[in-house]
Amino acid sequence: MKKILVFIIMTAILLTSVLPLAGCSSGVVINVFNWGEYIEESLLDEFEKKTGIRVNYKAYQTNEELLAKLEAGGSSYDVIFPSDYAVSELIKKDMLHELDFSNIPNYKYIDERFRNLDFDPENKYSVPYFWGTIGILYNKDMVDDPVDSWDILWNEKYKGQILMKKDVRDSIGAALKKLGYSMNSTNDQELAEAKALLKAQIPLVNGYYGDEIRDLIANGDAAMGLTYSGDYMDLYWEGFENIGYGVPKEGTNVWYDCMAIPKTSKHKKEAEMFINFMLDPDVSFRNSEAMGYTTPNSAALDRMREEYPEVFEDPGYWPDEEIIEKSEVYLDLGDYKSIYNDILTEVLAE
Amino acid sequence: MKKRVRILAYPYVVWMAIFIVVPLFLVLIYSLTSGDIHDINSLQFSFESYQKVAEPLYLKVIGDSFLLAFISTVICLILGYPVAMIIANANPKYRSLLLMLFLVPIWMNFLLRTYAWMSILSPNGIINRFLAFLGLPRLEIMPGNVAVLLGMVYNFLPFMVLPIYTVLSKIDKQVLEASSDLGGNRVVTFTRIILPLSIPGVVSGITMVFLPAVSTFVISGLLGGGKTPLIGDLIEQQFLFSRNWHFGSALSIILMIMILISMAIMSRIDKNGQEEGGKAG
Repeated sequence: MKKILVFIIMTAILLTSVLPLAGCSSGVVINVFNWGEYIEESLLDEFEKKTGIRVNYKAYQTNEELLAKLEAGGSSYDVIFPSDYAVSELIKKDMLHELDFSNIPNYKYIDERFRNLDFDPENKYSVPYFWGTIGILYNKDMVDDPVDSWDILWNEKYKGQILMKKDVRDSIGAALKKLGYSMNSTNDQELAEAKALLKAQIPLVNGYYGDEIRDLIANGDAAMGLTYSGDYMDLYWEGFENIGYGVPKEGTNVWYDCMAIPKTSKHKKEAEMFINFMLDPDVSFRNSEAMGYTTPNSAALDRMREEYPEVFEDPGYWPDEEIIEKSEVYLDLGDYKSIYNDILTEVLAE
Repeated sequence: MKKRVRILAYPYVVWMAIFIVVPLFLVLIYSLTSGDIHDINSLQFSFESYQKVAEPLYLKVIGDSFLLAFISTVICLILGYPVAMIIANANPKYRSLLLMLFLVPIWMNFLLRTYAWMSILSPNGIINRFLAFLGLPRLEIMPGNVAVLLGMVYNFLPFMVLPIYTVLSKIDKQVLEASSDLGGNRVVTFTRIILPLSIPGVVSGITMVFLPAVSTFVISGLLGGGKTPLIGDLIEQQFLFSRNWHFGSALSIILMIMILISMAIMSRIDKNGQEEGGKAG
């Protein structure tokens, strides 16, 4: 009798200790490597609860940092968030897994407009996550001209009030676009003109900065600066009413940050589950709502339109279709990367 | 006995070999080759990267870095020496407190302190708001080299004060008494006794400030608005942005060689100083 009781108790203990583990499936951990402050963190917990897959979340600052880390090897990231040109470079170097879309049924919510983009023409390797533009963030108290053209960044009136982006592609791209050239130019003559234009602008420029631009403009340290629409949306949702954002009519860069799986990943299926989870209409809506960036998910966009109709009037969230048509996605420059880099070093060092 | 002690050093030697000698060797190889860094077979011997370093554009960047580092070292010395003397001569009761006050800031993250300077010096920052409140003209130093120098001096000053303080506090007081007994006034005592005896501290202070100052990055980006790229920024850019490891390695090797040369010069001064100090003592 006693033995039976012990047996029952032992079995009960065993079962209760094993059952929750069964819920955890295999106890797989996936390494998600994303931009800093670029996901609603509560969603990660939700994913863990739903699937039992643990998420190890790490952040990076630039595409180049991501590429450098992937190239250096030894990393074991399962989901990465490269931008357009980084996706095209990774595809060229055969560093991305082809996605198995049968594991990503929620891909159907991605708006037709955001499929098969230039950097991944057959849409085999990447799924868009957020998108936006590069434009001019400005302080409405300090700028009284309309901010609708690149020319304002070369306007003498704002001498010492202009911030440029310490990013090779963005700053040179702005100059190229002002000249009417492609932001992906590999024409030496055009690049020489862009360099001259940036050099001529230096006396007007307060400084070349990175992520600090958003805070410097918000604090009134400078009147306007070249930056991503996402920086503006941050301030918009925080309630900075004196801050505006203009998308130049000449066209600009449209960027797409995507989700992809590097070849070094050992948990491709779990990574695909994560991507699928992020594309869920409700998850995608809450992520877009929390981050403030524009989602390519049509179901989430519909809900945004219902709950926040006003942002669709704002070029920071929803730029004019006409401007978008004149805009470009960054493509991988190949060997021209170092030439672009030298141009900016030369502009800054003089 | 001696042998056993030597065995204790082996782990350190292995550690050094793996984490210092091997990486340095790799940097040297990268600097002398061209090709795809991830494919050993494609690497070819080449002086290309060093030729690029010799371009006027990059020579200017290197020159700017050494000039700014030199100026900030001189300012640190001028500011740091008296501070070290004050602390060394302070009442022993307060000495450790004074030292603490000097050291507490370096417990904080370097980046955080630089961001703090940004919000102090920026065009609409704390200083300018205060000046505007008083109706005074604005201070326009950020972004610019003055702000970069301020940031460097602030960040590296403790490294100048500490070694000088250590040497000064160890000077035998009887030597100073002997000087005044022999009729030396305070100026003579300082120039003939204290200064020569403190040279080793000054030399290590200069080295400890100059080295991080010449290879610094971030400070020039944040306080200088990126308009004076320094060699540290350039190296960072090569590894993270243009991913030209060969050029980045060549820049690092050049920087290392120049630092070694300046250290050799400093240690000569140190030796001469010690000899003179010996004579004076």
